Parts: sequence; structure tokens; C-alpha cells
Amino acid sequence: MSERLKVNVCGVEFKNPVIPASGTYGYGREYESLYPLSRLGGISVKGTTLHPRQGNDGPRVAETPAGMLNSVGLQNGGAKKFLEYELPNLLTKDTRIIANIAGSTVEECAELAAMIDESAVDMVELNISCPNVNHGGAAFGTDCAVAGQVTRAVKDALKHKPLMVKLSPNVTSITDIAKSVEASGADAVSLINTLLGMRIDIKTRRPILKKNVGGLSGPAVFPVAVRMVWQTANAVKIPVVGMGGIATWEDAVEMMMAGASAIQIGAAIFADPYAPVKIVDGLEKYCEENGIANISEIVGSVQPW
Amino acid sequence: MYRQGRYIIADKKAAARGIFDIIVNCPDIAELAKPGQFAQVAADGFFLRRPISICDIDKENGTIRLVFEVRGKGTEKISELNKGDLIDIIAPLGNGFTVLEGKKAVCVGGGIGTPPMLGIAKQYGSSAQVISGFRTAGIAILQEDFAKAGCDTVLCTDDGTAGVHGFVTAPLEQRLKEDKPDIIYACGPSMMLKNIVGLAKQYDVKCEVSLEQRMACGVGACLVCVCKTVKDGEQFLSHVCKDGPVFDGEEVDFT
Repeated sequence: MSERLKVNVCGVEFKNPVIPASGTYGYGREYESLYPLSRLGGISVKGTTLHPRQGNDGPRVAETPAGMLNSVGLQNGGAKKFLEYELPNLLTKDTRIIANIAGSTVEECAELAAMIDESAVDMVELNISCPNVNHGGAAFGTDCAVAGQVTRAVKDALKHKPLMVKLSPNVTSITDIAKSVEASGADAVSLINTLLGMRIDIKTRRPILKKNVGGLSGPAVFPVAVRMVWQTANAVKIPVVGMGGIATWEDAVEMMMAGASAIQIGAAIFADPYAPVKIVDGLEKYCEENGIANISEIVGSVQPW
Repeated sequence: MYRQGRYIIADKKAAARGIFDIIVNCPDIAELAKPGQFAQVAADGFFLRRPISICDIDKENGTIRLVFEVRGKGTEKISELNKGDLIDIIAPLGNGFTVLEGKKAVCVGGGIGTPPMLGIAKQYGSSAQVISGFRTAGIAILQEDFAKAGCDTVLCTDDGTAGVHGFVTAPLEQRLKEDKPDIIYACGPSMMLKNIVGLAKQYDVKCEVSLEQRMACGVGACLVCVCKTVKDGEQFLSHVCKDGPVFDGEEVDFT
């Protein structure tokens, strides 16, 4: 792989800008029989909480036009399992590791951040946007003051790692939230998490999801994500990592032109497990064909009317 | 270990009304596949793949057989594929059935839960009895295949239009009384599975059940396909795609 795709996000260098998004790629184990994980710029691993979580009852998934709803509810083995079992394996994969963390209180987020700070992860992504949990999650990410508060607490707990805050699109003004977390010490923001949605089985008159509502992802949300990334990139000085419905290298280019310094791939992986590496190859070819020395040249290069 | 690719459909036929039977030419997948595993099949124009159990595996000819029912628009789209068309699948997925060498098995299938019984029944041949139940005679599939594999077949229909009038549990209990097998395999509606697990417990026979759930990734990454399981008194939300689809019957919480 050439230097063309190297990107830098708040001091962390990625060999390419393509990162499977948290919650869609586990800890990489399920995909490495298809291709080496070193092909990826990085991996944002499954959201980790201080203690193990079982998540929500099923069904947790519903198909939608060009996408899907999920209501997993942060099922994970907890911080100890992540640090002792998953991370040592991930560190051998020659790719950047982003620890995605979530908590139900500000104190819990800070405690978890302090634990992760001592590990060898490259970056911490604070999830203040999960729509599927009753405490914390989106409740943190939909209020400017609270979003700032939890960002500050986590930033203070992190002595060694840069902090990226993952934002919710389920807000009136995502730029206000982004500015608030920037002012509270965030080194980068990532967006968008899923959009809150609902499907109903018309035969049973029951919601398909046991939790009634869930997060919408997939190509259906892509234009919303591009718009929010563009607005946010214009509102803050810290880097923006863009995600939401990216399925092809063309989508990745579009998202970077909107202002994303790197991109995350989520639901597209379910349709095509090779999607992340196909996007890497597509970006490489795109740079070659267009005489682009480094992909970062296109970041924010959209010329609005 | 699994593969993803677009493979040629070597043969296709209608097994019954709304039930299709396709043979996919995929030597790399056939080589890896075990009875009880499944495939994630792409439906053109739909975002999520459809999990379909592997009915039979022919390692010699490098094919797998998928027998599925049209349940909605996605499976309807898959049913429109014809011989010679390409089908995009991820397979083999999940854990498959445990095979007990040289032992006797009873395979119980309910409706569209019957296809995954063929691959496992073939492992036992004449040492397997296959009890399958359908709503009505017109959709009673695979009976000849089981017979050809040397298995003893018992057909049940809910409406009495063919075979035994009634549910699969009656002939199963009779068999358990007369000649206890070493293992029971079952796939079908969850009420049927619950009753079969109950009988297996009562007669102290090992029982494996194959479950289904709405899925996304199919490989264990997204965690959406949960089912309740119990192990050593502790309750878990396990995942059908990776922890299953085959579970020890005693570990499944059917409530």
C-alpha cells in the first residue's frame, strides 16, 4: 500500500482512512479469515462498558428500505474482558485500534477511560449517542451541557490517548453539540451514530423490534450523514471522522469531500464483508487516476454553491 | 472458516408450492460445510441477507443444496433465481450438529425446519429415523430423499392428508418408549422444539435443536440475532449465528 492513503486524525496516523465502525465488526475475529486486518486503517471495536452487558431482548433487527434498524443495547463482555482477551489479539494485527467506550453515568465513563488509558489502544472513541440504552448513551449526546460535561470528565481521565466523541444525529443542531464537546476538550468527533426509527408488523400490530424503536443505519442514512459531517466540519476546528451509510469508495470520497478526515464503515459490512477492503482499493485507484498525492487533499474540498 | 462469493446455481426446482430447492456449485464452501450449518443469501434489492439452512452437502461434486420457503419479498426475490444464475452467499456459517459415530439418531423436522435434517440424517443412514411434520400433504417435502439415504421415515400432517394425523411428538414419544435413540436432532417451530426437548429430557436422550432468528451479519459480529439460553443456572443472550444455530436443547430457554 502506498503513501497516498495515509491520513492523520488528531495526531494518530492511519495507513488509510477506512475504519470499520464500532458494533459492526466485533473485535475483528469474525472477518480475519477473509482478509488480513492489516488492510484496514483501523478498527473501532465493539462498544465497551465498565461491566459486562447482556443487551436487549430480541428481535434486535428489522430491515428497512436500503438499511436496517438495530436495538442491540451495547451487549459486550466489559472492560476487563476487552483489555485482557480482545486487545492483546488486536494488537498483533498491524492496524490502529480505537476503543469505543460507553457508560451510564459521567463517573462510570471517566473510570472506564482511566482503565483504557493505561492500555495500548491508539485512540478512545466516547459513545454519547447509543439510542438503545436506557441510561447514558444518547441521553448524554442530545444535550449540549451534558455532552460537554461527560467529554470533560473523560478527557481529564485520559492522560495518554486522544479522545474522539461519537455524536448522535437525533438532535436539533449537531453543530451545537460538536462545538460543546470541542470546547470541553475533545480531540476529534465522529458522526453519525444511528437515526432513531421504528418498524411495525402490520399483521400483529407489534413493532418488529422488542425494544419498539432502534437505530437506523445503511445507505438510507447516507445523505443525512454527509449533510451533518459537512455542517460539523464547518463548525469545529478538530477533525471529523465521517460515517453513516457508506457502502462504496465513491461514498467514501463524497464523505471526505464533505469534511471527513477519515471514514467508518458500518452496516455495509453485513451486506458485503469485503466492503472495507474494496473501499481501500477503490480509494487507492481514485487517487492514482486523479493525480492525488495524498487522499487528505480532498478533505472538505466540496465547493458549495 | 467461511467464504463469501457469487456462485453458479447448478440446478433449481420447486419442491412444493412456495418451496424451492436449489443446488449451488461452490466447491470451497462444500469442502468446509457440515450438516446443520447455514448460508447467508443475498436477495437482490434488499439490504440484509437471508439465513437459509444447508439441506445437504455433496463434497464430491462440490455443491450444497438449499431448500427454502418464500416467506416474504426477500426470499421471493431469491426464488426468482434460475439454473445458471449467480447467487451471492456467505457460508458455511454457525456450528452444525454433533455427529455420534456408530449410534442411532432420530431427526425431527417441522415444516421448513425439515431441510437441515437431510444432511444430518445421511450421516446415520439406516441408523436414523426421520420424523417430519407438515401442515398438509401438498407441502410434505424431502420424503424420497430421506428414504433414498436409507432412513426410516415417518410422515405426519396436521390435517391428516398424508401419513400420521397429528404432530411429530406422538411418533417421537412412541419411538422413545420402544427403542431409545442416542440422540435427537430437531428443527421447526419453537413450540414443537420445546415439546421435543421436554420429551428428550423425560426419556434422558441427548437433543440438539436448530434455531432461527432475524439476522444481519451472520458471522457473530453484529450481535442482533439473540436467543435466550441457560447454562449452569445462569441466563445468557446467545447469538443464533455464532453460538448456534444448533444448540443443546437443554440450554435453550423457550419461554
